[in-house]
Amino acid sequence: MSSGLSDGVLVYSEYDEGVIHPVAFELLGKSREIADRLKVEVWSVIIGYRVEDDTARELIYYGADRVFVYDHPRLVCFDPILYKGVLVDLVKQVNPSVFLFGATPLGRSLAPRVAAAIGAGLTADCVDIQVDECGDIVQIRPAFTGNILAYIRTSSRPVMSTVRYRVMRMPSRDTGRMGEIIRLIPMVEGDLSLKVLGRISRRSIDLTKADIVVAGGRGFKRRSDLKMLEDLASLIGGVVGVSRPLVDEGWMPREHQVGFSGNTVKPRLYIAFGISGSPQHIAGMRGSEIIVAVNIDPSAPIFRIADYGIVGDLYEVIPKLIEELSRIKRV
Amino acid sequence: MLLNVAVNFLEVEVGAVLDFHVIVLIKHVPDIEKVKFDVETGRIDRSSAPGEINPFDLNAIETAVQLKEKLGGIVTALSMGPPQAESSLRDAIARGVDRAILLSDHRFAGADTLATSYTLASAIRKIGRYDLIVCGEKTVDGDTGQVGPEVAEHLGIPHVAYVCEIRESYGDRLIVVSDMGDKFLVEVRFPALITVTKDVNTPRLPSLRDILKARRSKVEVWDADSLLGFIDMSRIGLLGSRTQVFKIVIPSEERRRGIILKGVDSVNKLIEALRMEGFI
Ligand SMILES: Cc1cc2nc3c(=O)[nH]c(=O)nc-3n(C[C@H](O)[C@H](O)[C@H](O)COP(=O)(O)OP(=O)(O)OC[C@H]3O[C@@H](n4cnc5c(N)ncnc54)[C@H](O)[C@@H]3O)c2cc1C
Ligand SMILES: Nc1ncnc2c1ncn2[C@@H]1O[C@H](COP(=O)(O)O)[C@@H](O)[C@H]1O
Repeated sequence: MSSGLSDGVLVYSEYDEGVIHPVAFELLGKSREIADRLKVEVWSVIIGYRVEDDTARELIYYGADRVFVYDHPRLVCFDPILYKGVLVDLVKQVNPSVFLFGATPLGRSLAPRVAAAIGAGLTADCVDIQVDECGDIVQIRPAFTGNILAYIRTSSRPVMSTVRYRVMRMPSRDTGRMGEIIRLIPMVEGDLSLKVLGRISRRSIDLTKADIVVAGGRGFKRRSDLKMLEDLASLIGGVVGVSRPLVDEGWMPREHQVGFSGNTVKPRLYIAFGISGSPQHIAGMRGSEIIVAVNIDPSAPIFRIADYGIVGDLYEVIPKLIEELSRIKRV
Repeated sequence: MLLNVAVNFLEVEVGAVLDFHVIVLIKHVPDIEKVKFDVETGRIDRSSAPGEINPFDLNAIETAVQLKEKLGGIVTALSMGPPQAESSLRDAIARGVDRAILLSDHRFAGADTLATSYTLASAIRKIGRYDLIVCGEKTVDGDTGQVGPEVAEHLGIPHVAYVCEIRESYGDRLIVVSDMGDKFLVEVRFPALITVTKDVNTPRLPSLRDILKARRSKVEVWDADSLLGFIDMSRIGLLGSRTQVFKIVIPSEERRRGIILKGVDSVNKLIEALRMEGFI
């Protein structure tokens, strides 16, 4: 079946329990830019169960011209095979020129399946997307544990990428924007090789969404000392992050880990206490707007990417910070 | 005579079905801390760094070996890479892998994730029967995490990504915890592919004896021709790739302010700075 539609820039909107992951709105903003250059429409697709029109309409407010909705009880939890089937079917029907996903765990699991199914190239974890003079899409992504930035072109169609959260500007929400919500029937029969038995735990925090991250590393000598990090964090409205050794020690749950094998964060403020600044750590926080480093060793690599640094003992600096900030708060 | 053959055949078949077979996909990568990146020319000097098994793939090997220990059967390690990658496959043997296959051919070179996954999937087809494929979460050089799910798609089997725990393992299926931020319990029937995170286990160190034994064992090297009948040569290597890297930039240390605060009132100076930036 052909829809008569073609060439739009399509954004996958990750949806879970009534909520759209905000990376979708950022991607719609970027897609608007790309689409206006290419003179095409912006589309979004949303898969789930009990997807309300009001939810889908949000995507229009953020820039979509059309929203394709697949709603079915079997789509309530992410199933890579069913979701892939739905998206491959949609791509065949509407023939998008570009197809973007958020580089969330779900996006990074789903996009490659779709890409392989349609024989398309896929660029992972982009930090920027540009349209060059010829109207070609250029994707920019870190590789080699963040040591390089690669500029990539795609020769297949649609151009597919997963894009990091918080690298694209959040567009403004315009409730005056008009667009169309199109409900389509998903194909969900067959395959029973995979069964999601249930959600067994919810993440307690989401570091990737934090505006302020107060992070500690091996400069901390005891687990109990992390209490002062927590105090400081709550004082300035931040979330606690840690380097990997503290997670490996069992001092902090993995949700708090920053870095290559943990979370990639992009807060407005990142404060690193007793973190040396290994490539693997930096890979997860170099995008922070303001970086503050406190380290006893003046040659610690973290200072090379810091906006403000204090060469000093965290055991002196943190209590003093807490004291001063509490004093300011009181007055 | 005929009957005899048939019976033998049947025995082999039954035996094969009971024999659990895991394939683990590993990549030979440069030690990332030792690679030299030339900011001026944008060159990556891989030769400056010794190669090793991608750190995340050690968890994949450990997963496969533990399953074998529980369910019996064999583990095959499969890697696509340059001839030097043989050392990583030997390392894999020392870590408990039974059979090691290296896909090496200049025609495989320059592959993006689509061509890489297609090549690996073709080799898996040639290997034949398997129950489970285990991959690492991502590689330290490519860092896409895409190869696993793409292999699964080429083979038409389900996959579960970000597996941080194997809850139950049976001869025909696994029950695993998938860490998607929230954690989900997922049951997957064989044949299937999983990608594992570093939380799934702690890879054990190979013993000296195993290392020595691995040195003498065989790594099979397959070139593109040995996959004839399983592979379309236009879908491999640079030719089969759909993404092209046309420029590499090595970010010089960014335009950071680099203000070092000194003296007894450095904390106050920091607070002042945070106030100026609007955080307080
Ligand atoms: C495949 C792979 C993935 C990895 N992923 C990650 C990841 O996601 N995240 C991550 O963080 N790491 C990761 N690592 C580990 C990484 O290589 C480093 O080992 C780690 O980041 C070091 O953590 P650290 O800076 O806390 O400790 P260290 O490097 O030991 O640094 C401690 C610092 O504290 C300072 N210090 C000591 N005492 C004090 C004091 N009293 N006051 C102030 N400063 C003090 C020291 O000068 C030193 O600079 C990974 C490694 C590999 C191989
Ligand atoms: N060349 C390769 N040979 C074998 N396995 C690979 C290769 N490249 C990637 N893999 C597997 O796919 C996973 C994800 O790799 P990547 O998509 O490069 O991040 C790795 O952890 C390996 O298990």
